[in-house]
Amino acid sequence: MTTPISSAPQARRLSWNNPGVRAIFYQVIALCAVGAAVWFLVHNTLYNLSVRNIASGFDFLSREAGFAIGESLIEYGPADNYARALTVGLVNTLRCAVIGIVCATILGTIIGIARLSKNWLIQKLASVYVEVMRNIPLLLQLFFWYAIISETTPGPRQALNPLPGVFLSNRGFKTPWVTGEGLSWLFGGFVCAIVVVILLARWARKRQEATGQIFPLWRVATALLLVLPAAVWLVSGTSLSLDMPVLKGFNFAGGLTLSPEFAALIIGLVVYTSAFIAEVVRSGIQSVSHGQWEAAGALGLKNSLALRLIVLPQALRVMIPPMTSQYLNITKNSSLAVAIGYPDIVSVVNTTLNQTGQAIEGIMIIMAAYLSVSISISIFMNWYNKRIALVER
Amino acid sequence: MSSVNTTSTAENEGAPSKRLSVWAWLRTHLFSSPLNSLLTILSVWLLLAIVPALIEWSVIRSNFSASTAQECRSTGGACWAFIIEKHRLILFGLYPYDEQWRPLIATGILLGTIILSGFRRFWNFWLVVIWTVALIAVAILMWGGVFGMKFVENNLWGGLPLTLILSTFGIAFAFPIGVVLALGRRSNMPAIKAICVVYIELIRGVPLISLLFMSSVMLPLFLPEGMNIDKLLRAQIAIVMFAAAYIAETVRGGLQAIPKGQFEGADSLGLNYWQQMRLIVLPQALKIVIPPLVGIFIAMFKDTSLVVVIGIFDLTQSGKAALTDQTWRGFSAELYFFIALIYFVFCFSMSKYSQSLEKRLATGYQR
Repeated sequence: MTTPISSAPQARRLSWNNPGVRAIFYQVIALCAVGAAVWFLVHNTLYNLSVRNIASGFDFLSREAGFAIGESLIEYGPADNYARALTVGLVNTLRCAVIGIVCATILGTIIGIARLSKNWLIQKLASVYVEVMRNIPLLLQLFFWYAIISETTPGPRQALNPLPGVFLSNRGFKTPWVTGEGLSWLFGGFVCAIVVVILLARWARKRQEATGQIFPLWRVATALLLVLPAAVWLVSGTSLSLDMPVLKGFNFAGGLTLSPEFAALIIGLVVYTSAFIAEVVRSGIQSVSHGQWEAAGALGLKNSLALRLIVLPQALRVMIPPMTSQYLNITKNSSLAVAIGYPDIVSVVNTTLNQTGQAIEGIMIIMAAYLSVSISISIFMNWYNKRIALVER
Repeated sequence: MSSVNTTSTAENEGAPSKRLSVWAWLRTHLFSSPLNSLLTILSVWLLLAIVPALIEWSVIRSNFSASTAQECRSTGGACWAFIIEKHRLILFGLYPYDEQWRPLIATGILLGTIILSGFRRFWNFWLVVIWTVALIAVAILMWGGVFGMKFVENNLWGGLPLTLILSTFGIAFAFPIGVVLALGRRSNMPAIKAICVVYIELIRGVPLISLLFMSSVMLPLFLPEGMNIDKLLRAQIAIVMFAAAYIAETVRGGLQAIPKGQFEGADSLGLNYWQQMRLIVLPQALKIVIPPLVGIFIAMFKDTSLVVVIGIFDLTQSGKAALTDQTWRGFSAELYFFIALIYFVFCFSMSKYSQSLEKRLATGYQR
């Protein structure tokens, strides 16, 4: 924090009294110290590796992994190579992060608004939820949910069967799932519907600004999202069949699986993080001055409309930065999956480095994966933050 | 969102009483609109579904005195006898049974020091002295080997004292590093700023688990041959590295809140950089960031549970060890409730303290 107070002629002199010279000297020392420390560590590491006969490098990625992974969204078998296994882990991590972020945001927002409710009971319940959930370590919650899920559910042979084709056992939650070519047509129709809804929303907004007429966007959007995929599938005339889970030996085959590990991880992450998000939402809403509510009331807006049109847009500006760090926390906390045996990137790398001994490369892969995910979330949220930031004259 | 109408009327009447009759209270607080009534009924139904069952399980049908697991299961409720049977293992881990008074005293010292640091009258130089003495005392008690106490290797430490040690030692050592990093990040010197920014962002971008893995598998490779650090110390180093980055960001927030005039004033007094920081800037900046620092301490206290993944017997792990006993199987719900209660009591009281502190330290305009 030394502001240069020296006058111009002194600044050119090479003297210890010149702050500029001192600054350069200190920086050179600091850089040398860091460089020496890095050199020392690298030197030791190279020496230790050569002693232990570990070849460094990323060649091991193309070798056969030879271990199975419990669940994966992409095709994978033990005969695939390590790079493929690591991709499966990364995809699993992203799956947790995305589902966790979406669910935690929804639940957190509801609870945050509930904490400000005029309804005394709702407000107290929400407060108790927040205080209890955020003061218990996430890991303990994961263990708890995992124990509850795996101990209270019966084995596959005595699986609960509440609906035909739906099984609940300690191997997870199984439901029928559609398969066949029709699936991609359905998905295509869904994407089309989303695009149409976005265009429609723009048009409705323009029309409302020009004429004041309100378009019933929500109803139309819901109908479009349901009807359009079905219509596209019918027109394409492709087949669509139901894949039912059936008991084979000690486990089920077919159908869609929600494994106990994944369920425990998602429940834990969502319950824990939603308590923090609720606090972010609450403080965001409270940061909007009371006058805004009163002015909205004076305009004749209902409480719900005032919240949606006046208060939330202003609260969002306060909420986005802390919300970003909560999203980053969910992503990082999904690494706790390793403790309950869900095959996320940390768990796969852990297996990999136990098999190959490539500790440094493994840790570097974990760090690179998380850093790139964190940086992408930060970039996206900063973009969003800029978009909704207050535009002043 | 005030809901009680407090409009004042004529002067001589005084303010109207805020006390409402039971019916009026119910109407304004629970049944003010159809939606609110519906929500109230739904939550009452939810409470009726959960609370009586929970009380029946945890109190009415629970068992405090059973001597075997079968006897305990027969009552059909919570088996607190399991916790009573295993409490020494859960609280102190594998520490030698006869010597467990030592971790007990160490826990007491740590708790006492934490409570002491909550009083504002100790917020001065003495706090550093108290903490130094306390940490040394804890180390002597835990390791032993002097004053006739048996030496206990630190791979036998466990339970609550270990959780407290990891978090308090972690914060105590991370704090000075964090302050230096924050100062470095605010520095005018580009090289020093770059080093600090890279460190802080790198650490904050990765999960603590990856740092713990790094410390347990990579640290041995980093060190020269023959030099060996034990597992607990490696985990402690990872926690210190992690906490330092977060403390640095918090302290930076405090530094940014100090007006420029303070720096210029210090300059005009002829103080050099370190004198400026020590005498003028840091005392003001650190005072601002005390509440968020308590928040970091709470987070670290919870995050120490992650050392489970590298096999260190903290509170969570020694609890899980109690579960593995073949004769007492299947009481995980009781165990997790018990451990969660311990964590909750610590974290909740600290967060309440931080909230009250925030109110007392806030000097700004409040509505």
